[in-house]
Amino acid sequence: MIRLEKRPQPSQAWTTFSPLLAVFLTMVVGGLLFGMLGASPFEAIRTIFWDPLFHPNFAAYSRPQLLVKAGPLILIAIGLSIGFKAGIWNIGAEGQYIMGAICGAGAGLAFYPSESPLIFPLMLLAGLAGGWAWAMIPAVLKTRLGTNEILVSLMLVYVAETILASAASGFLRNPEGMGFPGSRNFKEWGAAHNGELIANTGMHWGVVAAFIAVIAAYVFLSRHIQGFNVRLTGEAPRAARFAGVNPTRVVLFCLGLSGALAGAAGMFEATGPAGQISIDFNAGYGFTAIIVAFLGRLNPIGILLAGLLMALTYIGGELAQLMLSLPGAAIQLFQGMLLFFLLATDVFTNYRIRLSRKEAA
Amino acid sequence: MSDTLLSIRGLTKAYPGVVANDDVSFDIQKGEIHALLGENGAGKSTLVKMIYGLVAPDKGDMSFDGAGHAPSKPSEARQAGVAMVFQHFSLFDALNVAENVALGMENPPAPRDLAKRIREVSELYGLPLDPARMVGTLSAGERQRVEIIRCLLQDPRLLIMDEPTSVLTPQEVEILFETLRKLKAEGTSILYISHKLEEIRALCDHATILRHGKNVGTCIPAESTAREMAEMMVGSSFATPAAHDRELGDVLLDVTGLSLPQQGDFGTPLRDISFQLRAGEVLGLGGVAGNGQDELLMALSGEYLTEAGSVALKGADVSRHGPSARRNAGLLSAPEERLGHAAAPDMSLTENGVLTAAERQNLTSNGLINWGKAQGFAETVIKTFDVRTPGPHVAARALSGGNLQKYVVGREILQDPEVLVINQPTWGVDAAAAASIRQALLDLAAKGAAIVVISQDLDELMEISDRFGALNEGRLSAPRPVAELDMEQIGLMMGGAHGMEVAHVEH
Amino acid sequence: MDLSSINPVLLVASIMVSATPILLAAMGEMVVEKSGVLNLGVEGMMITGAVVGFAVAVNTTSPMLGFVAAAIAGAALSLAFGFLTQFLLSNQVATGLGLTLAGLGLSALIGKPYEGMKSPTLPKLDIPVLGDLPVLGKMVFSHDIMVYFSLALVVAVWAFLKHTRAGLILRAVGESHDSAHALGYKVVRVRLIAILFGGACSGLGGAYLSLVRVPQWTEGMTAGAGWIALAIVVFASWRAGRVLIGAYLFGGVTVLQLNLQAAGANVPVALLSASPYLITILVLVVISARGNHGAPAALGRPFHASH
Repeated sequence: MIRLEKRPQPSQAWTTFSPLLAVFLTMVVGGLLFGMLGASPFEAIRTIFWDPLFHPNFAAYSRPQLLVKAGPLILIAIGLSIGFKAGIWNIGAEGQYIMGAICGAGAGLAFYPSESPLIFPLMLLAGLAGGWAWAMIPAVLKTRLGTNEILVSLMLVYVAETILASAASGFLRNPEGMGFPGSRNFKEWGAAHNGELIANTGMHWGVVAAFIAVIAAYVFLSRHIQGFNVRLTGEAPRAARFAGVNPTRVVLFCLGLSGALAGAAGMFEATGPAGQISIDFNAGYGFTAIIVAFLGRLNPIGILLAGLLMALTYIGGELAQLMLSLPGAAIQLFQGMLLFFLLATDVFTNYRIRLSRKEAA
Repeated sequence: MSDTLLSIRGLTKAYPGVVANDDVSFDIQKGEIHALLGENGAGKSTLVKMIYGLVAPDKGDMSFDGAGHAPSKPSEARQAGVAMVFQHFSLFDALNVAENVALGMENPPAPRDLAKRIREVSELYGLPLDPARMVGTLSAGERQRVEIIRCLLQDPRLLIMDEPTSVLTPQEVEILFETLRKLKAEGTSILYISHKLEEIRALCDHATILRHGKNVGTCIPAESTAREMAEMMVGSSFATPAAHDRELGDVLLDVTGLSLPQQGDFGTPLRDISFQLRAGEVLGLGGVAGNGQDELLMALSGEYLTEAGSVALKGADVSRHGPSARRNAGLLSAPEERLGHAAAPDMSLTENGVLTAAERQNLTSNGLINWGKAQGFAETVIKTFDVRTPGPHVAARALSGGNLQKYVVGREILQDPEVLVINQPTWGVDAAAAASIRQALLDLAAKGAAIVVISQDLDELMEISDRFGALNEGRLSAPRPVAELDMEQIGLMMGGAHGMEVAHVEH
Repeated sequence: MDLSSINPVLLVASIMVSATPILLAAMGEMVVEKSGVLNLGVEGMMITGAVVGFAVAVNTTSPMLGFVAAAIAGAALSLAFGFLTQFLLSNQVATGLGLTLAGLGLSALIGKPYEGMKSPTLPKLDIPVLGDLPVLGKMVFSHDIMVYFSLALVVAVWAFLKHTRAGLILRAVGESHDSAHALGYKVVRVRLIAILFGGACSGLGGAYLSLVRVPQWTEGMTAGAGWIALAIVVFASWRAGRVLIGAYLFGGVTVLQLNLQAAGANVPVALLSASPYLITILVLVVISARGNHGAPAALGRPFHASH
């Protein structure tokens, strides 16, 4: 009989190795899945993981996309991971992302067509504030009344989506857009445009922010006493209270931070790659970032790598759609599977597998 | 051998890294009370789990009334006639008494009949219980009654009792003993697990003594001295803490009218607790578990805030201050639950040092933790308090209970507290380690600290306290000098027999 | 605004229809939570049930087979959750989220060919006598069988938990797995069965959406219904009767806001479409202000029998 035996302490090796094993297993099972859908498994895996970076015809287009897609994923996942470490489950980052985009865009459009250099910083502040405020709703409800933050933050995603719909077709609609839904295009307004900083790299301010967030989160979690308190709260809430950590402040901080970062990501996206606020502006980054956070083991460096990998699957998925006519949803499933395998292989970090004879004689 | 009920031959059970039972053999006669004696970790629990079918032995066999006994699950053991009263973990707070009883039976009767039978049996054995009461609202003694009645309803031939008196007042213990003797008179055998020697001498016919998983001897308790049994149990003699003779200084901790509403569904509210504590003094607080011990510690440590003016430290009101502020002012504490409250299980000893010592030991600057310094502190604690561990990088949960307890106590003592509040300092700790922890507390008091020791071990409290008070349903009896007290007075302070006065055992 | 266009008989009838998917899913999740497991994958299992039920009903032209297949699909998905959380001891919150994400992807993949198709739907039952009653007949006695099945399920779950030994064991496992284990009950087995039951119920709820309520397959069609079901369990303080009340309340809100939109009420459309979600939040707030009583004590805590 197979038995699990708790390790005296978490295995360092497995902490690193289990995401790699999960990626491998996902490739195997995903390959089989693609095979069932009528594509050659090896070709599909190569199209998803290799071609976006090295294909002679497509790589030039898809390489910059890597940073474009990874930027928001990493930025959001960093915020989420700090909350997850504390046992605070903000799963409404998608909503905070939308609200950040709407607030950021709205704040800028109020000054259209000013070319002041303050426009973009102002929009960033508004984006941060929008996401932060949206996340404060579950935070305050949780700290004041003990309301479950998972359900509230998630419900607010749907609310944000209806606000997005009315923003795109109502209060932020381009007055010169001939009645079509969607805001003004920021790519045509220099002061508000979050363009590429280095040509053909995909690097924009949002990507810069993501890298800064990775470094800051790393220092915060490993060196700062407040980061220690966040970890302690997640590991042992009673011990945290005993140490003197104020749980209310941790909740407000974690939800606020993750909301603000998601909001910023939304604002960078609206003013950059997306270019405008439209009804289907959100692409599910807020949900995928949850996978990124776990895949990165809630560790900032891990999240950086996981974000890049997940971005690769997005681009590779589009490519596979184009070249192998695999359905787009297959990639979504592929990403979900990745999270599943990661959670499954995680068992090895804390447990040893033992083969033993049956307990009962 | 028709007089033998349970015969155990060569039972062996190994877990990775430890042999819990090594070739254990002994017999239990029909109608006797047989003691199983040993320190924490001697292998008593594993042995009874094998008898009860929770764990399968690696080697050896058992026979029950002449027939082979190898239960693969508890229900088989129950069918054979083995019943067990657990020390922990077998009751459900949110279910009522009758439901709890039904869960422990193989074929429970219909609910109405069951309620009737519970009343009958509880009357018969002097253990009054209302079948409709929610178990979470019962006192520790009443909870134990639920377990006993659950067993008795199955007419067991062998009743296993795992440390039954640790949750009882002295009066309740007497009543329990009456019940057990009555059962014995009716022909039921009882396997009585304990490390309390006087109890065993008063109650048991034979004793089997385990040490490090081995049967190291048997004796007739009534004919042995406590000293002899203790030496068999521990294997060596150890120093008892030095007698204390201290000068008392100023009042350091002044608690006045401290009250706390009930926390959670099954917590105990604190009611109007007052006491003063002087420098160099050890105040022992006894009481049956669940009478407000946790709550009192948390109200003193600052985890629960109480009304202004209720807790004063060196004359300054700290009742509205959190744990960090109180620590900085010199009030330190060590909660009962080591894993999860006093320490974070998955964090290293170094990190667990930072948990309470960050500020008093200057382990941070500008908010950044100096990990080198933190490790140094952890190493000092490990060395000074003889914590057996490969090093400070080890996770707290990897330590044995006794070693972690030494670390947790050491962590607080090395921060030079002026007032230390400690709950269950030696719970689950082996005798030698317990003695060294008690000595460390006495040394601390000798240096002029004031100490509140909350414990359910009366012997421990008598040994190290200057004054004694008891908690009962969140109230504290007025502390009195230990020298003036005898067992009966202590029992009364602990709240009498929780309604057991009304019970009469029929002989 | 023309409120006269709202017919009270049809209103009540459509409330019952719109509450049924949430009721089914919430009943299942309640049993799961009673056993001490928090499965946040309801949304994913519902939508998988919706697409599988739809596909099978289209291909076999039998809506009943569709429901059966949906229940199996939901249970199969929940088995993955059960395996991860019960055997590999993964974090229940993360695994439940993963289940939802995977379910959304899986359903989109399966459902691609079925978009825009029509499926056979369940016939309305023709109940003699009761169905002919004035007003009441049309209001409550002329629904399809799943509506009555869901109501029967409420009674069955209630009776199971309250009056059977198996129900008692399930509650005991959810209260304290350590105690239940010490008494010799198979904690993992009990929980797995509960998880499977929950998955099957979620699958049925999803199929009711795609086969009766809408009836059509569109990607992401559950639109948070699974999350609302989770909220209803909290709202109901883990009691079957209150789950029924909760589900019908939400059915009412959903139908009412649709009717108001149709009637051209003088309220912003965005506010109306967001109202089910806003009201869910509101209800959660009210409930939590009162205190979350009745939650199984071991809810969400992993169990590993060490010795």
